[in-house]
Amino acid sequence: MSDKSFVQPSTLQPATLAIHTNRAYETLSNSILFPIHQTATYIHDTVGVTKGYGYSRGANPTVNALEQAISALEGTATAICFRSGMAAISTLCLAILKAGDHVLLSDVIYGGTTRLFQQVLVNFGVEYTYADVADLNAVAAAIQPNTKLVFIESPANPTMKLADIEAIAKIAHAHPGVLLAVDNTFLTPLLQDTLSLGADISMLSTTKYIDGHNATIGGSLAMHDAELTDRIRFVRKILGTISSPIDSWLTLQGVKTLPARLGLHCKHAGIIAEWLEAHPKVAHVNYPGLDSFPQKALAVKQQKAFGGMLSFELDATTEESLRFIDALRLCTCAESLGSVETLITNPATASHCDIPSEQRSKLGVTDKLIRLSVGLEDPRDLIADFEQAFAAVFGSAK
Amino acid sequence: MKFASRLVHFDSAPGDPLRPMATPIYQTATFEQEHADSFGQYDYSRSGNPTRRVLEDQVAALENGTRGFAFSSGMAAIATVTHLLKSGDEILADWDLYGGTSRLFGRVLPRTGITVRYVDASDPANLAANVTPATRMIYVESPTNPMLRIVDLKAAAAIAKQHGVLLCVDNSTMSPYLQNPLDLGADIALHSATKFLCGHSDVTGGVIVVKDAKLADEIYYLQNAEGSALGPFDCYLLLRGLKTLKIRMDAQQRNATLVAAFLAKHPKVSQVFYPGSPSHRNSEVHQAQARGGGAVLGFTAGSAAQAKLIAEHSEFFRISVSFGSVNSTISIPVKMSHASVPEELRGARSTPQDLLRLSIGIEDADDLIADLSRCLED
Repeated sequence: MSDKSFVQPSTLQPATLAIHTNRAYETLSNSILFPIHQTATYIHDTVGVTKGYGYSRGANPTVNALEQAISALEGTATAICFRSGMAAISTLCLAILKAGDHVLLSDVIYGGTTRLFQQVLVNFGVEYTYADVADLNAVAAAIQPNTKLVFIESPANPTMKLADIEAIAKIAHAHPGVLLAVDNTFLTPLLQDTLSLGADISMLSTTKYIDGHNATIGGSLAMHDAELTDRIRFVRKILGTISSPIDSWLTLQGVKTLPARLGLHCKHAGIIAEWLEAHPKVAHVNYPGLDSFPQKALAVKQQKAFGGMLSFELDATTEESLRFIDALRLCTCAESLGSVETLITNPATASHCDIPSEQRSKLGVTDKLIRLSVGLEDPRDLIADFEQAFAAVFGSAK
Repeated sequence: MKFASRLVHFDSAPGDPLRPMATPIYQTATFEQEHADSFGQYDYSRSGNPTRRVLEDQVAALENGTRGFAFSSGMAAIATVTHLLKSGDEILADWDLYGGTSRLFGRVLPRTGITVRYVDASDPANLAANVTPATRMIYVESPTNPMLRIVDLKAAAAIAKQHGVLLCVDNSTMSPYLQNPLDLGADIALHSATKFLCGHSDVTGGVIVVKDAKLADEIYYLQNAEGSALGPFDCYLLLRGLKTLKIRMDAQQRNATLVAAFLAKHPKVSQVFYPGSPSHRNSEVHQAQARGGGAVLGFTAGSAAQAKLIAEHSEFFRISVSFGSVNSTISIPVKMSHASVPEELRGARSTPQDLLRLSIGIEDADDLIADLSRCLED
């Protein structure tokens, strides 16, 4: 049996960490893979004494194995995994907010996050407003005396608008007690280290790149503050929003190929973005790696790569744009993103359908905007698919 | 169709042309859309999943409701029910509740401006007298955990109806086989599915069942918005476990009756709490609203030290929280499942320090009784 003590997370590269985080944990059988603890409860050694696991709603070894893997990527001591990305956000809010508190949100943000604040947390007296996170003065001006949390996305879903995380962290931290949480789902900690940039809390929908195979629904939170971590774990136990053993295990398998997958996602997205931008029927493409992207300098400053997500508008009507999506054969029209399959959606009718049309359009989430999550298919096949869809809708306009 | 038949005779894979006997596990996050701007029945597994749908429909049918919802835990189900309320609203709850529920009520809800007032709900007159204009929900268990007190659910439903408030019943100790709160007038029946519904200690989950369409829509909205729905694999395991609910419960209940009778006669046992015993307080109410005593029982051992000794000497009864599994478990509520009851509430509760809670499994009753007999003699 090899000596596993060499595994010192701090000295290893991300690709190695993603594969080897849990080696030291499985010592009973020398199984290469961590077992699935598909159990609700654990037997006590004596009354009230366990080995850290009593009831899987509080903690579960397989969930913990995933938490170790995510914490290795985040560079934190631990991470907290949830039933879904939305369960991560709602548990965070119920753990740290109370009636009368205020939350500042990115103006462009996932529709599910908006819905949680608009329809659920508002019943508990939690206030919220939006700010244009690309305008630092607007962010500073939007902080209120009762602000407890600034919650942003960068790149934002689906317009790819960036927020200067370092600058916003400074603005937030100028006010005692204000925490900055960043939804880093589009990039993952490997492409954007939000905590090193100054965020207090990193949030991920693990459903996306972390799993990468569309196999699970899950979410995670990571932070350096041990007391805050304990508080959120405690509330997760109360609310029962912990991830399940099987979903954690599947996600753990996905994490191992995250560095390899991300490299390809970024490469393919760059190729597709450039190809789309050059196409006569494309009005514009939002991709941080393009020279035409207004915040490219910020992307270069705070990101390690440009990611696998982009959005674009056709030089066409909404009706034609929707027909274009329908005409695609290889690209699958489905919600979610970050998987090996290329997924394409119309945010106005899907992920962002709960945001009023007027508000959406002002933010660039127009009725005809198309969001593309570039997968691992050969880009030549994706381009051929786009070509046949253009031909099907517009004839041989090219 | 009789209950035993309903457990195994249902559409396990609606619309599936392959007609599998067991429900397929749709371990997927997302579903292809029909068109760019329209969706099929399913779009995203947080919002809906075919495996979960079969479970939700089956549980709704077994509870005689119209809509069922599966959650990542019993507590996630309970938290969702409380999110039907808003700041300023009040929950009127029986004082004897599962420790996790007490913790939710005492540690999380106050921050949201929802208040909880505790009463002895086993006395309907007392329950009725405590309803205030702020009351929006009456929340009870029956039999309660861990004292196995009986709440008259029909009477509670009448009080709820009279004041226009919701009655929510945690039916975990009974399962839909033995008691159907919706038939008794409750608005919401919920379960920790981890217990009898699963029966094998291999799933953490919860379910909510309602009859009212508007209430169902509100619960669905929260399930999707808060992202607390149960995953497909756990739904599959629950569907599998559910099929044997009746035969498991029959065997467990038979054993529980024998164990309760044994304990009642034992000189070292001060008190036995078993809803199936004719001498159990309010047993006539229980017999009118339920179809059996279940398989959870409690007894007092004389002292906390003696209780600990019994738990630790037992061979068949594993020391563990939770209940309702095929294997017997033993716990000391004040030190385990109810250690989380907030300090300020402990005074009002009369959970004895020497109370042992047994969940009776499907082992041979002779083995269980011999084991307890040995522990009590030690």
